[in-house]
Amino acid sequence: MAAEKKLAGYICTGCGIGERLNVEQMRTIATREGKLGACKTHPMLCGAEGVQMIRDDIAAGEATHVMIGACSRRSKMEAFSFPDAAMSRANLREGVLWLRPDTEEQKETTQEMADDYIRMACAEVRFMTVPSASGEQELNKTLLVVGGGVTGMTAALEAARAGYPVHLVAEENHLGGVWTDLYKRVPFRAAAADVVGSKDIDLPQPEDPGVDALAERIRANERITVHLNARITRTSGAPGRFSADISTESGGTVTENVGAIVQASDFKPYDASNLPEFAYGKSPDVVTNFELERLAKDANGGPIRRPSDGKEVTSVAFIQCAGQRSDKPGHLPYCSGFCCTESIKQAMYFREQNGADATVLFDDLRTPGAAGEDFYRSGQQAQVTFSKGKASEVVSENGTLKVHFKDLILNEDTAMDCDLVVLATGQVPNTGPDPYAQLAVEEAETEEEKDAARRKLENAPPSILNLDYRQGTDLPQLKHGFVDSHFICFPYETRRTGIYAAGPCRRPMDMKQAMEDAVGAALKAIQSAENAGRGAAVHPRVGDLSYPQFRKEGCTQCKRCTVECPFGAINEDEQRYPLFNESRCRRCGTCMGACPVRVISFENYSIDTVGQQIKNVDMPDEFSEKPRILALACENDAYPALDMAAQAAQMGDGIELTPFARVIPVRCLGSVSLSWITDALNTGYDGIVLMGCRRDDDYQCHFVRGSAMAAERLSKVGDTLQQMQLETERVAVYEVAITDIQRAPQLINDMAATIEKVGMNPFKM
Amino acid sequence: MGDLNQAMIEKYRTNFLKEVEANVEEGEWVKMCMQCGVCSGSCPLGKFWDHPPQELFMMIRAGKRDEVLSSDSMWMCTSCYNCVVRCPRELPITHIMHGLAHYAKRLGLVPESQPTAAFAQMFWDNLMQKGRVNELKLGLKLYFMNGFGDGIKVALKHQKIGMGMLKTGRMSPMEAFGGHAVKDLKGFQSMIKKAQELEDQRIAEHGA
Repeated sequence: MAAEKKLAGYICTGCGIGERLNVEQMRTIATREGKLGACKTHPMLCGAEGVQMIRDDIAAGEATHVMIGACSRRSKMEAFSFPDAAMSRANLREGVLWLRPDTEEQKETTQEMADDYIRMACAEVRFMTVPSASGEQELNKTLLVVGGGVTGMTAALEAARAGYPVHLVAEENHLGGVWTDLYKRVPFRAAAADVVGSKDIDLPQPEDPGVDALAERIRANERITVHLNARITRTSGAPGRFSADISTESGGTVTENVGAIVQASDFKPYDASNLPEFAYGKSPDVVTNFELERLAKDANGGPIRRPSDGKEVTSVAFIQCAGQRSDKPGHLPYCSGFCCTESIKQAMYFREQNGADATVLFDDLRTPGAAGEDFYRSGQQAQVTFSKGKASEVVSENGTLKVHFKDLILNEDTAMDCDLVVLATGQVPNTGPDPYAQLAVEEAETEEEKDAARRKLENAPPSILNLDYRQGTDLPQLKHGFVDSHFICFPYETRRTGIYAAGPCRRPMDMKQAMEDAVGAALKAIQSAENAGRGAAVHPRVGDLSYPQFRKEGCTQCKRCTVECPFGAINEDEQRYPLFNESRCRRCGTCMGACPVRVISFENYSIDTVGQQIKNVDMPDEFSEKPRILALACENDAYPALDMAAQAAQMGDGIELTPFARVIPVRCLGSVSLSWITDALNTGYDGIVLMGCRRDDDYQCHFVRGSAMAAERLSKVGDTLQQMQLETERVAVYEVAITDIQRAPQLINDMAATIEKVGMNPFKM
Repeated sequence: MGDLNQAMIEKYRTNFLKEVEANVEEGEWVKMCMQCGVCSGSCPLGKFWDHPPQELFMMIRAGKRDEVLSSDSMWMCTSCYNCVVRCPRELPITHIMHGLAHYAKRLGLVPESQPTAAFAQMFWDNLMQKGRVNELKLGLKLYFMNGFGDGIKVALKHQKIGMGMLKTGRMSPMEAFGGHAVKDLKGFQSMIKKAQELEDQRIAEHGA
């Protein structure tokens, strides 16, 4: 840092801060103890005048590092945004005022809390530098879409429509993917609302699949380059500067540079030869829902004929959940979510084109999508018979098929004859090998688990992206081979930055949902390419310019950072030192938390920025009856939950936080360094509460694995405590959701109660 | 009417749902049932039914013709309309129950000594004689439905009400001997006859 550090503080006296707290005392603390060059106050700092005051000081070179004592860092973010300065914020409003009762006897401890937050914010900003992009960034607006199905085509079209050139890579020799043979599709719209007379007028009907039209639009679009019969044989680089080798079957390879990637590899139809009980493979008249589309397409509006002898079908049975929602080996344990509406549609083919009896044997009929229930009514209106029944066996005898099933409404075992049986089979994700399969073999605890992991590794499908990342060739998976992506909060984000998953490769879905998914993923890819061009982070720390740097001389090449980074952002160079890819980085700091020698840091977030906050509190002695509780709260869920608790308290909700708590937001619990814990205990904190997001399969961690990593590391913190001859209850780790408004402050209050029981920390300085 | 039953069996063969749709009042609604079971849960007499409405609808779709039409269940409906009010698909369930009962009666499939059916027949026969209901005769017939001894017992039990009605002129003992008719009995009878003809014609066209 060439320029001289100028530290300046600004304390707001609005929102009751001036009335309830001794602002003069805080100013003195900021300049004397906090070592700020100056500290100003303002009655409404977030107003135009207050903000201008800070801007003027920055512009005049009076302030390069700004400490703001006002509301939570999550409030007034637009007002307090100074890209040219380093900034820390003391949370006086939500963190102190609103969570503390306004009474005379509480005044002293509340003031102490505020004073400490000023000390902490001053210490934090002293150890920050102004974040700036690495200078390695590039803007490349071209996108790569992998998969020539409906999902891929939609993603390509949407990106092109927004002005971004696209390379569309399809494995097949045509566009359309798994839906190429589709005769008609499940309608995309619900029935018109408020139809006078009856709800059952004008119900949605099967409609043109629109796949050919989509392919036609692709061909006509000059921004889209289509690569047919092609696979990606190598992908390297990072967002903004990916390089992809596209190899065609004929042996030619072209290398394209792209800014971001959408993986829309869709699904593979389930292999029905796993279903011998339904005579699949034994009788040609037992077909899957995918094969039926071909038969319907061949019939082209006329009567559908059965494959064995070309006889027009007079009765057909649909067996729902065939090989799905079942724990049997070879079956899919999940619901594919599209087969119910698909069967209704296909049953309607038979009602209309053959006048045949069509029976749908279902266990739970579910009709997601816009047409949903209306489409079910449409099927009922067409006199499709819906029987709640579980099929057990299909027997072929003398040219007819007998379906044995248990009628679940009438509770009896029965059978029906038909000409054709359609198995409603599911979607198997078309994804590459699990990049952590090898790790799973190594980490398996029992022989059984090891065998299963090994089988998975040996039967891995071919790679789709062929990433040359240290952490494997493809996108990490969550369950059943689907690409990991949080299905509610951040659906298209994967654990590989700049690569977005769309459609059935991330969860089973129907065509309409896949198309909506494609739009979302295309837009995320565009954002990623643009952010990479600026050197800024993507979700969830969108726009963050800081990136991890490390002190090479201190590094012991332990590789923990490269292994634990949830996003595969860290490769290794020839000398086996970590090689950070700042545009692949999401800025969670999991590497920082992992590093045992503490050499990794961000400009505005480091071992010191937090460590110094921990140290710079006023620590009362053992006999003061004023314990100190350190709370490290994840800024994504736990810290907002505390802010919202403060808002609720402000509205008279009765929520309180113990005045002995000192809360520090962390980027992710994964970024917590164990040195902070030992330092805090050595400094004299009596209790430590760590609050991260929910982890494991139903995780809510915005960095996917951060919270889980932290839990693993902190599971050993009990040993540290025992070595220090301290009670293990002094450190508690919790999973906190953003909705835990009552619970989040309560967890800290509980720690205060625990301290009352076990007594004060004897290591007070 | 056994012939009609045979004719219907042959006509619809596999598709009882179609038969119901064509022949049962409001029968075209049966296919729209989504088997939620709210009707069965709402029926105040549901526990006395062999097959509550949801199950009847399922049986119709499963082609259980005999079991449905010779069932006692739809005769149990007291027309409280609870099910109609609650059905999320807005099916006229009460009407369908009566429609089914009526169709079963037409085909001669009513279970023997079904009390609701027996009373309905009694009421109809009574009405047809004079064009109006003879309450004394209907009442007495009802009392003695299960034999002489039982009839006496029931009559004695209701003695007080009967005496009261006599005293206030609400019931005349003379009605036991023939009883009075509507003004134009001939006209009434030819009206019923015509209605029967129209109904038979309709059945000939749509039904059998």
